[in-house]
Amino acid sequence: MTARIGVVTFPGTLDDRDTQRAVRVAGAEAVPLWHKDKDLKQVDAVVLPGGFSYGDYLRAGAISRFSPVMESVIEQAKAGMPVLGICNGFQVLTETHLLPGAMLRNNHLHFICREQKLRVESDRTAWTADYTAGQEISIPLKNIDGQYTADERTLDMLEAEGRVAFRYLDGNPNGSLRDIAGITNEAGNVVGLMPHPEHAVEPLVGTGRTDGLGFFTSILKKLVTA
Amino acid sequence: MTLDTVKHAAETPDVKLPWAELGLKEDEYERVREILGRRPTGAELAMYSVMWSEHCSYKSSKVHLRQFGEKVPANDAMLVGIGENAGVVDVGQGYAVTFKVESHNHPSYVEPYQGAATGVGGIVRDIIAMGARPVAVVDPLRMGDAHHPDTKRVLPGVVAGIGGYGNCLGLPNIGGELVFDACYQGNPLVNAGAIGVMRHEDIHLAKASGPGNKVILYGARTGGDGIGGASILASETFDDTKPSKRPAVQVGDPFQEKLLIECTLEAFAEKLVVGIQDLGAAGLSCATSELASNGSGGMRVELDDVPLRDSTLTPEEILMSESQERMCAVVEPGKVGRFLEICEKWDVIATVVGEVTDGDRLEIFWHGEKIVDVDPRTVAHDGPVYERPYARPQWQDALQADDANKLARPADADELREQVLKLVAAPNQAAKSWVTDQYDRFVQGNTVLAQPEDSGMIRINEETGLGVAIATDGNGRYAKLDPYKGAQLALAESYRNVAASGAKPLAVSDCLNFGSPEDPDVMWQFAEAVRGLADGCLELGTPVTGGNVSLYNQTGEAAIHPTPVVAVLGVIDDVARRTPIAFKEEGQLLYLLGETREEFGGSAWSQVVHDHLGGLPPEVDLGREKLLAEILISASRDGMIDAAHDLSDGGLVQAVAESCLRGGLGARLIVPDGLDAFTFLFSESAGRAVVAVPRSEELRFTDMCGARGLPVTRIGVVDGDAIEVQGAFTLPLSEVREAHEGTIPGLFA
Repeated sequence: MTARIGVVTFPGTLDDRDTQRAVRVAGAEAVPLWHKDKDLKQVDAVVLPGGFSYGDYLRAGAISRFSPVMESVIEQAKAGMPVLGICNGFQVLTETHLLPGAMLRNNHLHFICREQKLRVESDRTAWTADYTAGQEISIPLKNIDGQYTADERTLDMLEAEGRVAFRYLDGNPNGSLRDIAGITNEAGNVVGLMPHPEHAVEPLVGTGRTDGLGFFTSILKKLVTA
Repeated sequence: MTLDTVKHAAETPDVKLPWAELGLKEDEYERVREILGRRPTGAELAMYSVMWSEHCSYKSSKVHLRQFGEKVPANDAMLVGIGENAGVVDVGQGYAVTFKVESHNHPSYVEPYQGAATGVGGIVRDIIAMGARPVAVVDPLRMGDAHHPDTKRVLPGVVAGIGGYGNCLGLPNIGGELVFDACYQGNPLVNAGAIGVMRHEDIHLAKASGPGNKVILYGARTGGDGIGGASILASETFDDTKPSKRPAVQVGDPFQEKLLIECTLEAFAEKLVVGIQDLGAAGLSCATSELASNGSGGMRVELDDVPLRDSTLTPEEILMSESQERMCAVVEPGKVGRFLEICEKWDVIATVVGEVTDGDRLEIFWHGEKIVDVDPRTVAHDGPVYERPYARPQWQDALQADDANKLARPADADELREQVLKLVAAPNQAAKSWVTDQYDRFVQGNTVLAQPEDSGMIRINEETGLGVAIATDGNGRYAKLDPYKGAQLALAESYRNVAASGAKPLAVSDCLNFGSPEDPDVMWQFAEAVRGLADGCLELGTPVTGGNVSLYNQTGEAAIHPTPVVAVLGVIDDVARRTPIAFKEEGQLLYLLGETREEFGGSAWSQVVHDHLGGLPPEVDLGREKLLAEILISASRDGMIDAAHDLSDGGLVQAVAESCLRGGLGARLIVPDGLDAFTFLFSESAGRAVVAVPRSEELRFTDMCGARGLPVTRIGVVDGDAIEVQGAFTLPLSEVREAHEGTIPGLFA
């Protein structure tokens, strides 16, 4: 048996097909989910992919969080289903308060697309078990609203609870507080990050590295052995 | 205010219409009256004036552009040629690829962000209108002097606009150019190209056939933006109380366009569409007249049904509006329901606004009254054609006589070293990553190569590895010295870039940017460039599938350099065989392919070191270009080379510097016998490339070049962390990197 991993398409989602491909490359089954549809089609996990849902109008992720599919995602996430938010998906997760904090416009005010080095800080989440804590990986980063922010207390709590999942290395690309690139919830089933693991799963395209594949193999192993 | 109906127009022949303000010449207006047998209504005048404009009718360029249709090489790849929204070529395995380059020059100067953004939007709609899924965009840019304060206004705005729109559409930006020259100060060139992929059977054309079929307008509501001449018509003739002229630059909404892409592709997939046209320049006037005239001929449109953003728009304004993100589809009555459902799924507004009739007239109604009754062909295709006078400029001889080969050359090795550093740091030769890092090059997950590689490459089939490559090039300095050769050099460079990446060049699209066609000097440049390009395409076997002409890039008497930008599309059977530019393996041998002559006319060296433009551009030998391309493609396919970089502006040293920086390794170079170090490093002779060959492949590779008659010279080895020219100088790579990568951020960040 293999795992069924849902990939949500909101209007303006861009990386849905890429994410489906990454799920397939890892050996799982990709199940397209539609934002107007509450039905999660019995998937075992959900990815909220990158893009500009609703054009990022109002605020990135602010409109998507109210879509019917998110009602089910929030409910299931609270019940323990693994959820990964990439870029715009991370923004949606903070808007739903499944993850704390918020994203501001990059401190340099430009869209930035580059290969970004990260340190995996936690290998105890559903999406990072195939990495080891402290491992350095390099995957694409591409956004304009990627500056992670939260109040000091929240940041201290995230650090204390080991919930900073990824940190930027070799230069903070957007002014994110404490170089935070991604975080997880307390239970470790919900993870959000700004960089794009789904663009780093094949040696031939993108940056030519496969450092992002671990996200998808991690979840597959967890689900299949569960 | 009386509605100017067809009936009213027939009854009031003497009413004066503002044809001159709308840009029509007196004889053109007379021609409209002659065609109609009466004076046009305001709405008809609006349609004719905009469709007969230079931009839409190609009236000055048409007589020259015909050569692209006459000098067609034998090439069975072409599926759809000039005249449709974009050309389509066969790339094998049942796939067809459509691509095109267009200009959005003037709006981008007025309002850089929106001008550039809507340029991307327009070219992408052209691609979807052919039935294809857009897979990549490229953006060739020409800006004024890099140090001029206004360039700091225009360039960042243009880049943010291209990024803001393209990134939001989910299209990887995989190539383009950025060239600075004072000649573009008041006339920046913002060209935009796009590629789309489809199966052969999915090709769609812009025609409205089948009487009874419905005409559906879908996408954004129609607003008052992008109305050029029509606002004059509306506000000055018929109603003096109306507010001032409406903005002439359109405002883009990429989110709406993304929805438009997805819903159009879904409608195509269900075979719901008979004909389709995007709404770009001239808006509904263009879409209805082109659809009707390319189909069976008749169409009836109810203008009251067009969804509006602004209820005060007059019918003339509705017809002229260039509001973005709109498309027009022709759908069989039985399929309209399903079509509308798909639009609703994507939250796209769609409205039946008319139907195809069995007559041969385009009739448009407003409040139940007929305000347009024309033969659509006369609007869309029978515009005026000018034989503009042209003559070789009087200054051309003096310009060519001002020989760049006579400029002072570096006196010693130290000066040579200094000039190398100066060259790689010059705005035109410096790294452009500050620009390209603002564009998403990874989205869709199929980007194999992107800037600063020689060409952008996209995988189109995951199983077989089939891919396409695109490069755009143009050198206005060469074209100024000799427009015929300049156009051929642009073609040759783009062709060479595609081949250097390992792809086989297939077809061409062009964006021809020139000054005023009313100036015989400019018209000569245009005629020569078109002739050069058409002859070149014939010889290389790569047909021109479409493109765009942008004239009047001129402020007062000062025209831009003639700037033909040429895009070459290539195909590669397996993207795993692509050749990158990076020198990545120490010990690999560097070979120079082709011949190096003393050719400095129009060169980067003459510009950077002497601020000089004169003499003759490099010689063109298209037979040699073909041979070089064949060698590069064979070597890539058979694994004989690990890196290749074409030689163009800046010459060998620029190419080696880029390849070294990309791979993070240095190179030791030896000046070949018969050449001096200066010529070796800076000459811009065409038909050349530098390649990195693994030692195990050396014999096989040089034998192949020898057997096929391509000059091949061993010039060094990949080694260390410096660029060393033996007997001359050593430049640490860190110093080269700092010079090359610091310039653009230093100027614009």
